[in-house]
Amino acid sequence: MAGEITTELTRDESDDPRASFRVDTLPRGLRSALQDYVVRVRRGDPGGLPAVLGLLVIGVLFSATTPLFLTANNIGNLMSQASYIALIALGLVFVLLLGDIDLSAGAAGGVAAGFAAQALRSGDLHRAVGSGVFTALVLGMLLAAGLAIWKKLYVPGALVLGGLVLLLTGADETHVWLAFAVAVSIGLAIGVFNGVLVTSLGIPSFIVTLALFLTWEGVTLDAVKSQSIGTSNYKPWFSMTHDNMSATQGWIFLAVIVGGYAISTVLRQQRRAREGVSFDRPALTALRVGVLVVAGALVVWWFNQNRNPNPGPAIEGVPWAASVPVAFMVVFTIVLARTTWGRHLYAIGGNMEAAARAGIAVNRVRIMAFVICSGMAAVGGLFLADFSGGAQPALGQGNTLLYSVAAAVIGGTSLFGGRGRPRDALLGAIVIAMIPNGIQLHPGLPISVVQEITGLVLLVAASVDAISRRRARNA
Amino acid sequence: MTDPILRVEGLNKSFGAVHVLHDVDFAVYPGEVTALVGDNGAGKSTLVKCIAGINSIDSGRLFWQGQPVTISSPAVASSLGIEFVYQDLALADNLDITQNMFLGRETRRGPFLHDADMETRARETLRSLAVRTINSVRQPVSSLSGGQRQTVAIARAVLWNGKIVFLDEPTAALGVAQTRQVLNLVRRLADNGIGVVLISHNMNDVMEVADRVDALYLGRLAAEVLKKETTTSQVVELITSGRSGSIGLPAATAAQSA
Repeated sequence: MAGEITTELTRDESDDPRASFRVDTLPRGLRSALQDYVVRVRRGDPGGLPAVLGLLVIGVLFSATTPLFLTANNIGNLMSQASYIALIALGLVFVLLLGDIDLSAGAAGGVAAGFAAQALRSGDLHRAVGSGVFTALVLGMLLAAGLAIWKKLYVPGALVLGGLVLLLTGADETHVWLAFAVAVSIGLAIGVFNGVLVTSLGIPSFIVTLALFLTWEGVTLDAVKSQSIGTSNYKPWFSMTHDNMSATQGWIFLAVIVGGYAISTVLRQQRRAREGVSFDRPALTALRVGVLVVAGALVVWWFNQNRNPNPGPAIEGVPWAASVPVAFMVVFTIVLARTTWGRHLYAIGGNMEAAARAGIAVNRVRIMAFVICSGMAAVGGLFLADFSGGAQPALGQGNTLLYSVAAAVIGGTSLFGGRGRPRDALLGAIVIAMIPNGIQLHPGLPISVVQEITGLVLLVAASVDAISRRRARNA
Repeated sequence: MTDPILRVEGLNKSFGAVHVLHDVDFAVYPGEVTALVGDNGAGKSTLVKCIAGINSIDSGRLFWQGQPVTISSPAVASSLGIEFVYQDLALADNLDITQNMFLGRETRRGPFLHDADMETRARETLRSLAVRTINSVRQPVSSLSGGQRQTVAIARAVLWNGKIVFLDEPTAALGVAQTRQVLNLVRRLADNGIGVVLISHNMNDVMEVADRVDALYLGRLAAEVLKKETTTSQVVELITSGRSGSIGLPAATAAQSA
């Protein structure tokens, strides 16, 4: 530092590469991209690194100890096991980015899926759950919609009202998709409550969501009337974790995702080059896109092979349990990385005071994050209900939430806020789902090991997070 | 003499029974650094908050480029071109320099952020201030030193066409070399025609970069003096007793206020 000062007055501006911000106009090749990555990790942003390492370590361990682990059939199952964790974790990323937490996400998913299942099973939700519960549900959603509109969150407000209309007209009792819509709108309503309680009353999110976690457990009991309601009669629902895309659908899905990524990346880098700011060299962009195309094609091709180890109907195609979370991940990545709202969310997580002084409507952004989180909890709850054989009285309780938080944190989302990416949360979910999956393939191991190991893995991930944060501060 | 950009006339402000500002006159001139000095509790922060639109005023008038104005909210202040750089900087560590400079005022192309445009404008602003201690506008703020952060915060004010920039203790947490950088930058701001208000306890800083010194003493403006016509010890006396020789408050007022 001192050296720069003494030279400051003597050195001509044009001689000093830094005075002209030259790095900001130069193209970036593979080498500088790798250097940037190393610098980022060193400065305390591990990104997906812990998840990738976890994936490798646990994957190698199980592959080495049982031949059943690395089979097509098991990997297909793993997708179903990871799906609900991934979906809830994707929502949690938004709240974690604020430095808050939503402990009610699992239970909120239980409530949402519970009412949807009951509506479909009974054909008359009002009579099935009783007037008291039904009226409470309607009034709760009305209140949530009112709060959302009062806080100028018109989109969630309208969606909750839309769900309410479906509920009151009984449309959700006749059609599975409409039942899903009601489930999601119940999730959004729960998110409004979380967000308003945290921002307007200033109760720590930890307490608000812990309290409501308990409440939603009770409400789930009310919704399913203490019975398990299977999903096998409701086709799109039963397909969530039991069905696969057709081979053609798989290729179309890949083409849309990878093609979209390729086109937007190439256009973006070309524009940046034209506009005189640093851009990735075409070779680097080609490498990125190429790796994704090849990897994606291999995955789709591999999933499209029959993976049924027994004679009988073929099991083939990309599982819906894999493609749905990926689709959400893509949308959320765009929202977080490319929109003003996403930028503001990161800023709030980094320094709420700074964001407020910059004129950002901090509380509106925060409530919206809780709304998205609970909305995704509802989607995750639907997948969980299907995966676990039906909407049960204890749906979304037990380990659901902890697995999802662990997935987000292993995926590099900081518990302190301001750092995290949806993509890495998906990797984290696979790591978390691998543990019970692999252990169940070892008949000699007691099932208690699952929780013991998962807990330790979460602890390791949280340690990595804390150490990263310290590095970032001391950098 | 050039006309002031901002002129405050007879400003009074009370919090309940506490009369914090008494008939304060204050002016900011383009291309000049005005140091606002005074002991703790002299009313510096309150005066700044009144101009920022954070505090309402009880009586007195504000003129912006000769026209009377009412600054009822921070938004009004920033739309006029008054920018504030706070002591605690108000930067988000997890964002980069460009993202911080444009925080809350991002530019977009269609529905998406227009990063290239923001990077270019951030770079141009830093370059116009001849900033040499930062090498990339994409550097995360967490990796910057105290002086570099202060530089970014000041550049943000310039980027938004601040005609007046208030700097609250900009060198308080900085070492010798970094203080130098920031003072050079303060001087350059004024040389670019901006009216700079430097709020500081550090007499060395004040005497080095200020063109005029406004001393507040117990809520009254003790004196406005030109730097070249004064000495450090006179300024210190104005801060501590409200008067110094023939300048400052009349002896009776100073004694009564104390």
